[in-house]
Amino acid sequence: MQRYRSLALCALWLFCGQVWAGPEAKPLHDLFYGEALYLAYQNRHFDAITRLDIELGQFYAQDQADLDPLVFHQNEAEFNVGDLEISYRMHQRAGRALKAIIEGKVPQSVRNLAAFRLARILFRKGQAVNALHVMDLIKDPVAEAIRIENTFLKAQIYLATGRFKDSSRLLQTIQHEEKVRGYADYNLAIALAQDGQREQAVKQLTKVGGLRSGKPYMLALRDKANLALGHQYERKGMAGKAKAFLDRVRLDGPFSNTALLKAGWMYMALQQYDRALVPWTLLHKRQTSNANVQEALLAVPYAYGKLKLYGKAAALYGHAMNVFGNEVQRLDDSIDSIRQGKFLKAILREEAKVDKFWMLNLSKLPDAPQTRYLLDLMASHDFQESLKNYHDLAELQRRLKTYLPDLAVYEEMIEIRKHYYTPVLAKIAIQFRNLDTRIKLRVGQRDRLKKRIASMLINRRPAFLATAFEHNALESLAQLARRRNLDARTAHRIARLKGIVHWRLESEYDERLTRAYINFHELEVVIAALKKQYNAFVRTRQMATQSYEGYTIPIRQLRTRIQQSQRIVDQLMARQGKLLQIMAIAELERRRKKLEKYQIKARFALAESYDRANKAKALRLQKP
Amino acid sequence: MSCFRMFCYSLTAVICLALGANGWAANIPKEELKSLDEQVQEIKKDIINQTAQLKRLEEKLLFPSNTQVALFVSVNNKKFALQDIELTMDKKIIAKYLYNFRDQSALQKGGVQRLFTGNINTGAHHLVVHISGRSPEGNPVRHSAKYALTKSVGPKFVEIKIAASEAADVSFQDW
Repeated sequence: MQRYRSLALCALWLFCGQVWAGPEAKPLHDLFYGEALYLAYQNRHFDAITRLDIELGQFYAQDQADLDPLVFHQNEAEFNVGDLEISYRMHQRAGRALKAIIEGKVPQSVRNLAAFRLARILFRKGQAVNALHVMDLIKDPVAEAIRIENTFLKAQIYLATGRFKDSSRLLQTIQHEEKVRGYADYNLAIALAQDGQREQAVKQLTKVGGLRSGKPYMLALRDKANLALGHQYERKGMAGKAKAFLDRVRLDGPFSNTALLKAGWMYMALQQYDRALVPWTLLHKRQTSNANVQEALLAVPYAYGKLKLYGKAAALYGHAMNVFGNEVQRLDDSIDSIRQGKFLKAILREEAKVDKFWMLNLSKLPDAPQTRYLLDLMASHDFQESLKNYHDLAELQRRLKTYLPDLAVYEEMIEIRKHYYTPVLAKIAIQFRNLDTRIKLRVGQRDRLKKRIASMLINRRPAFLATAFEHNALESLAQLARRRNLDARTAHRIARLKGIVHWRLESEYDERLTRAYINFHELEVVIAALKKQYNAFVRTRQMATQSYEGYTIPIRQLRTRIQQSQRIVDQLMARQGKLLQIMAIAELERRRKKLEKYQIKARFALAESYDRANKAKALRLQKP
Repeated sequence: MSCFRMFCYSLTAVICLALGANGWAANIPKEELKSLDEQVQEIKKDIINQTAQLKRLEEKLLFPSNTQVALFVSVNNKKFALQDIELTMDKKIIAKYLYNFRDQSALQKGGVQRLFTGNINTGAHHLVVHISGRSPEGNPVRHSAKYALTKSVGPKFVEIKIAASEAADVSFQDW
């Protein structure tokens, strides 16, 4: 069962890939969200998650979040954070976020999407039963964008939980879809086989073995199916059929060595020793670190021995012993190299980021371990996850190293600003206070004028529009009128002069009011400019103060947290590195033990071959 | 065990051997790997938070809102390959960028690149953009465009939109 689960996991992993696919292209309403997408599309997961976290944090902190342009991408952004966290192998946080979405008040389409992604995480983590429970939350109609993946995932989960009939039923519905072509067929064969439908399983596997495609992963899948069929027919003693399937395996594919070895053993079982030599001789010349090639080094002389060519066999056993000796020595050197930490140093070199075969080519470096022996280990899930974690930790360590100097620079900058602004702002504050009083006075006057003009529009008040001269004239005439010894002529003249002033005020009232109104509006322009200048000054003064005040505590706290993170990263990296070393050394030791057994076999076989060669020679000499 | 079950097991064994099954790290307890993985996830979360905090602090300190200007680049044609860009503001080169395949692909998929963040005074500024790239037909494309940028009190964000087919078309949008 465990083996089937491994297979299913591998298939799913291959199918889903690790590259962030992103959302479908939609009109962009938020520039910063677009920036996060740009980072995500480049697989800069860390930067993209950080950018989205900042944007979502700011969005939720707003009182009127509806006015933020991110509102148009809110759901998408939440999902993308989850997706990116999965790509960055932060399954726990992604899982929690998706659970919250599922349990929230969201449309069924959103719940479907979240449930699908959560189930995928759970399944990848080996929690097939939990994944199935989550998948049950998905209700029709399922969005077209996830329909095929959803069905494929469900079929995988059924396969892992022993519901083979359900799995094959689902796989049959999608096996013709281009998106899952090959994988669905292959898994269908497994499901049918597990369900006891032998003939259909073989038929299905034969179909996979005949897939036509130029894609490397499809070709590998085809080879895998043919190899499995060949193996099965060989076990059943149907050599002819087995040969036909093994011949279909490409000579330059990843399963070529296994197929060649198997083909040789198949001929040996049929006692066709000379024919067995054809695939084995081909294998014999290949990379000697491969386990199949090493087995072929013993198998070829064994076949020659069966053909009674003992001399040739002895020579080849000798060659095998030399090769095994060299390989054991290389393995010992590799183990030493790993123990000295060179393996970990080598996997962190810059080349690893640009060369996907870097790990395989490590052995070309002086003192580096023979990573070709680690091929099988490197293909394993645990090793891959550990390796990725180690790379991620190294990247975090590199980032954290730059953060502390940055904080020191910010502190220095703040100090410089403080030294510059403190005396300048103190002087400005005194001047500003004087200016502020005068501004307030003038603004008060303007407010009074405004009220007066507004009231004059309702109640006619000509006296309010008198000029200073007219005010003085009326005042002087009033004083003259109050004198006791005024004669009638003078009183009449005073009254007439008063009348003239009032006549002017009354007759020119409308004109004067209009002029006053125009003048007031001109004043408004000046006051607006004054207010603008005032606000700009206040803002600049505030910005100057804010440029150095209120940072001390946040920076101190951040520095403490960064230092703490640095310590944790260092510890985790040491532990993760140690685990990688243990895995690699265990694998190399396993291979060394195997080689040591081969050495013993070769030694005995060599002695036996010499013995038989001598006996044969003696027999030939005895004959007349 | 039935013959067919044998078939299944042998089939799976071959595949697991080739692909690499989950049993390689058998000498290391699964719990240890899981616990370490969880701790790695936890520290990633912490460092993402710290980075976000640091970025906010950096923006506040280095690019205060009253002087901040940020210029973004987007490509509206999925087949246009932007090769390089040069931004000049007030006769001074402020940014140059050479695009690699990953950058081009991210832009073509709808990503927006923040090309420049800086500080300028309030008022009018003269922005000039020079671009070169390859049209969907594979022909070289060169183009320049000007924009009168007006900086007010708040932060200024401008998107440089490149929509190119045979000839490049650069437009600007204030955000």
